[in-house]
Amino acid sequence: MKELTCIVCPRGCRLQVDDNMNVTGNFCPRGKAYAISELTNPVRTITTSIRVSNRPHTLVSVKTTNPVPKDKIFDVMKEIDKLSVSAPVRIGQVVKTRVLGLESDIVITKNID
Amino acid sequence: MKQIDLVIIGSGAAGMAAAIEAKKNGINDLLILEKDERLGGILNQCIHNGFGLTEFKEELTGPEYLQRFVDQVIALGIPYKLNAQVTDLSKDKVVTYSSKEDGLVKLQAKAIIMATGCYERNAGAIMLPGDRPSGVITAGTAQRYLNINGLMVGKRVVILGSGDIGLIMARRLTLEGAKVLCVSEIMPYSNGLNRNIQQCLIDYDIPLYLSRTVSKVVGKDRLEKVVLSAVDENLQIIPNTEMEFECDTLILSVGLIPYVSLLNYIDCPISSTKGAVVNQYMETEIPGIFSCGNCLHVHDVVDFVSQEARLAGQSAALYLKNQINNNEDRIKIKAGNNISYVLPQFVLKNSVNDLTFKFRVRKPLKDQVVFIRSGETVLAKFVKSALIPSEMVMVNLSKDKLDEVKDEIVISSEDR
Ligand SMILES: Cc1cc2nc3c(=O)[nH]c(=O)nc-3n(C[C@H](O)[C@H](O)[C@H](O)COP(=O)(O)OP(=O)(O)OC[C@H]3O[C@@H](n4cnc5c(N)ncnc54)[C@H](O)[C@@H]3O)c2cc1C
Ligand code: SF4
Repeated sequence: MKELTCIVCPRGCRLQVDDNMNVTGNFCPRGKAYAISELTNPVRTITTSIRVSNRPHTLVSVKTTNPVPKDKIFDVMKEIDKLSVSAPVRIGQVVKTRVLGLESDIVITKNID
Repeated sequence: MKQIDLVIIGSGAAGMAAAIEAKKNGINDLLILEKDERLGGILNQCIHNGFGLTEFKEELTGPEYLQRFVDQVIALGIPYKLNAQVTDLSKDKVVTYSSKEDGLVKLQAKAIIMATGCYERNAGAIMLPGDRPSGVITAGTAQRYLNINGLMVGKRVVILGSGDIGLIMARRLTLEGAKVLCVSEIMPYSNGLNRNIQQCLIDYDIPLYLSRTVSKVVGKDRLEKVVLSAVDENLQIIPNTEMEFECDTLILSVGLIPYVSLLNYIDCPISSTKGAVVNQYMETEIPGIFSCGNCLHVHDVVDFVSQEARLAGQSAALYLKNQINNNEDRIKIKAGNNISYVLPQFVLKNSVNDLTFKFRVRKPLKDQVVFIRSGETVLAKFVKSALIPSEMVMVNLSKDKLDEVKDEIVISSEDR
């Protein structure tokens, strides 16, 4: 039996998972999917920011389009740190496809004119 | 003096949603005033995700969430002024603002929506003991430095207060290469969401010390050391329980306070939430002045800010069409057993809408029944498996039920 906290929504249900991967404590089905993913291949979305090369002292926020494996978080951060863009940029604009070969792109999350 | 139907002060999640709703309800002569250089308020610096699950059924970052509202403000042609700080307000609704572009301007408004947000408690407010070196900074300020200006605040960090902003900053600083030594919380429980404890602390092996607070800050110019001590049930420091942390930064995440100084100028009654006293229309005790969002009470989920602000926007439209009767009989709303506050604080009879009561509990509770009562009469009850102080709870009451009410309503939470 394992205890987890579901992080999918602010409700934060406490989940119990038995050895046969039966999930209880989840208020909705997303909790079940989360528990299984968390115990087999835990993943997280990364949000951070990168420099805007043609605007002094300006950062623009970015995120991974899909969550990446938890043990790759710092490697992905290193890749993101190498990136920069020049304004104008728009939400959803891709700055890096398939970061580290993962099924996840880095996209802009803020408009800068 | 220029006349205008509606002025909205502040363009955060609250101000934008209120303006959009007022416009959709037929108010065309309106203006948003924003002191910052952009629309969106605090969400501009909240680059993490977790916003919009209720509003848009998807998980957005703060800037993505706010952009959806900016797009609507622009599509609807709602006028706004940036770098325009409201400096004065009068009881008869004269709004004074100053901006580089316009200088000092006075507007005679018929209705006003306050959406000015909140500010953070700082070292002075919590009487932090010891030295006052540099390196002691509030979580929101650190967030702005890091996410907007790209300035790292320190390398070895202790965080005081386990509210969501503190937790989010623990992760953010860790990702940017800082060592977050611990989060210290004076209460025996965290004020943050469970999900943030998991994904911001446990994920990165950052310890959370409960019932512990800063007993000493040490450092001449720059912070050198923070001493944490355990506290007893009365939150008094227990001697000989010190833990020392060498660090260059102490981040304070010790509470947010509604920003109401403009309302204080006009003696608008303030409640225990430190925001205005309001009725079911989000209208303050001064008819025609409304309040919503973090300047009314501090919210943890922005989706509920948008919801509340829509109600304020719709109500301002009702008011401008003379459809709110402020002379109706009033019903007092009181916080009963286990409840720390309830909003609204009073209700006008013959309500246009059904009612939503928002409240927080005083301490974590399990297996509860929430009662809405008037005297002995139970108007409604709701079963809740778990309630925690950090989560705002909402319960609804049909307006027809108001006929059964004498002069007050009490909301309480009791063991099942
Ligand atoms: C650091 C932080 C992290 C958060 N994280 C989350 C999260 O993960 N998920 C979630 O759902 N919610 C989160 N929230 C909560 C949510 O984002 C806020 O509750 C919401 O954005 C507040 O909106 P608001 O419009 O009331 O206030 P604000 O966004 O603060 O807007 C107030 C605006 O009024 C302006 N203003 C103030 N005074 C004046 C004046 N005199 N004249 C002109 N303009 C003025 C300010 O410049 C500001 O733009 C977070 C909040 C904070 C503070
Ligand atoms: S189980 Fe469903 S309701 Fe509970 S936290 Fe997860 S997503 Fe939210």
